[in-house]
Amino acid sequence: MSTLTEAEAPPPLAPVPTTAKPPRKRGRWTPYLLLAPGLVWLLVFFAMPMVYQASTSVQTGSLEEGYQVTWHFATYWDALSEYYPQFLRSVLYAGSATVLCLLLGYPLAYLIAFRAGRWRTLILILVIAPFFTSFLIRTLAWKTILSDSGPVVGALDALHVLDVTSWLGLTAGDRVLATPLAVVCGLTYNFLPFMILPLYTSLERIDGRLHEAAGDLYAKPFTTFRKVTFPLSMPGVVSGTLLTFIPASGDYVNAELLGSTNTQMIGNVIQSQFLRILDYPTAAALSFILMAAILLMVTVYIRRSGTEELV
Amino acid sequence: MDTRRSRKSGTSVTWLKRRLVVIAGLLTLGYLLLPNVVVTVFSFNQPKGRFNYEWQELSTAAWTDPCGVADLCGSLALSLQLAAWATLGATVLGTMIAFALVRYRFRARGAVNSLIFLPMAMPEVVMAASLLTLFLNLGAQLGFWTILIAHIMFCLSFVVVAVKARVMSMDPKLEEAARDLYAGPVQTFARVTLPIAAPGIAAGALLAFALSFDDFIITNFNAGSTVTFPMFVWGSAQRGTPVQINVIGTAMFLVAVLFVVAGMVIGNRRKKQKA
Repeated sequence: MSTLTEAEAPPPLAPVPTTAKPPRKRGRWTPYLLLAPGLVWLLVFFAMPMVYQASTSVQTGSLEEGYQVTWHFATYWDALSEYYPQFLRSVLYAGSATVLCLLLGYPLAYLIAFRAGRWRTLILILVIAPFFTSFLIRTLAWKTILSDSGPVVGALDALHVLDVTSWLGLTAGDRVLATPLAVVCGLTYNFLPFMILPLYTSLERIDGRLHEAAGDLYAKPFTTFRKVTFPLSMPGVVSGTLLTFIPASGDYVNAELLGSTNTQMIGNVIQSQFLRILDYPTAAALSFILMAAILLMVTVYIRRSGTEELV
Repeated sequence: MDTRRSRKSGTSVTWLKRRLVVIAGLLTLGYLLLPNVVVTVFSFNQPKGRFNYEWQELSTAAWTDPCGVADLCGSLALSLQLAAWATLGATVLGTMIAFALVRYRFRARGAVNSLIFLPMAMPEVVMAASLLTLFLNLGAQLGFWTILIAHIMFCLSFVVVAVKARVMSMDPKLEEAARDLYAGPVQTFARVTLPIAAPGIAAGALLAFALSFDDFIITNFNAGSTVTFPMFVWGSAQRGTPVQINVIGTAMFLVAVLFVVAGMVIGNRRKKQKA
């Protein structure tokens, strides 16, 4: 590397303040050499596929005769007008699951960060360890838990909860499986750790003396939470909701295993278009719409949570 | 001061109020662990039909014969093999990127950072579908290699994040000291840099292994007719789940807990020895 002449070297970087250590000559090409293999991998197997998918989405043709790029943008319109219910359902289910994750995950993250004492590591292990049991096996377990003759459905029925949820359209009759409630329950369960861990990380960083200070200023515990703890945990809330919402909106496993044809999400449509119906242009267009919708929502959300909600 | 006052007027309502967070947190923990409990209990079930959803009678048959179902252990071995290679690939590539990002100032650093971030912010189904269009267009044979390529791709970013966090908190003075003591670049890296970065690299590798081993969506799209363990479980959901799947699920949970506990015990002992 040191044999390179000045002419081959990249142009000098921005002027370095004199207090800083002068850059070592040997290291000029090192960062690029370190980056190259991994970046090539990502460019070829992450970025290039996106380009191929974009081109597939504007192709016409058939499996037998082959596809040609004809800039047929109508595929997007057709896909959207045919599958908008599944799109809406994805946003709705993933949104509900995210809100539920936040409501359920916050107390547990708070407990681990402030109240668990010597149990802290044990509880953390119990939150992470299920990751190592296949999530499909655990999702299938919900079929047993929510089965029609099981204790959960029996209890909900006896308490007349099912009457209310059926009236709301969340369940159907005296069943929970194959209804929206089951799918949202599965989604919430599957992505809960992705909410708890970032929440815990940001809660753990909060200085306990701030709570004492709030108490000394006669703030009630709830006021302390509302004015001190929660605002300081906002980074965790934002990353937790993103880590929950994005994968949940593309998921098709929960809707397939716990739902029915009436609870299909957009992931189910993309999967069946690609792997069963083999209509590649429609599938690619749907996948692109999903990506664009999520990027848009995430950008708006980050903007909003960065300015207004943080106050 | 405030807590002392409320303790004096401690009725059962205030007792409940003060423990509300703990109770709610433990309920969530219960929700999180309930499927694991069910998987464990049902690994001792003796189902009558093909579907293992209702409790019939106690049996340890599945535990004594975990490979008793056709293709199950084969798919498990394939998944372990894939996860091992994907971990190796993603850890090596990811560690190199992490070092470049933390230790060097170079042009296009922002662009590199966003390219690393994007795979984590993309729904899996989008990545899976786009990768499939690439493989279809190239006419690649779907199977072991396409799965491995995909797994390395999506594990890479997570390794970069894990290693970056560790390398960023490293004191560069330690390496300077090594150089001042006439250690060559290779020696400095092997004896100083690598040991300090090791916990971050290990965390990244562990994450990559778990992600690859458990991945279903991307594998589902790019596996062709190859059956990994998650694919086997998916297929069995339609055909009828054998009890052995619950046995393996339980065993994986126990192994994971044991590993973490063992790691912590060793860590604590080392800390005590140093003290």
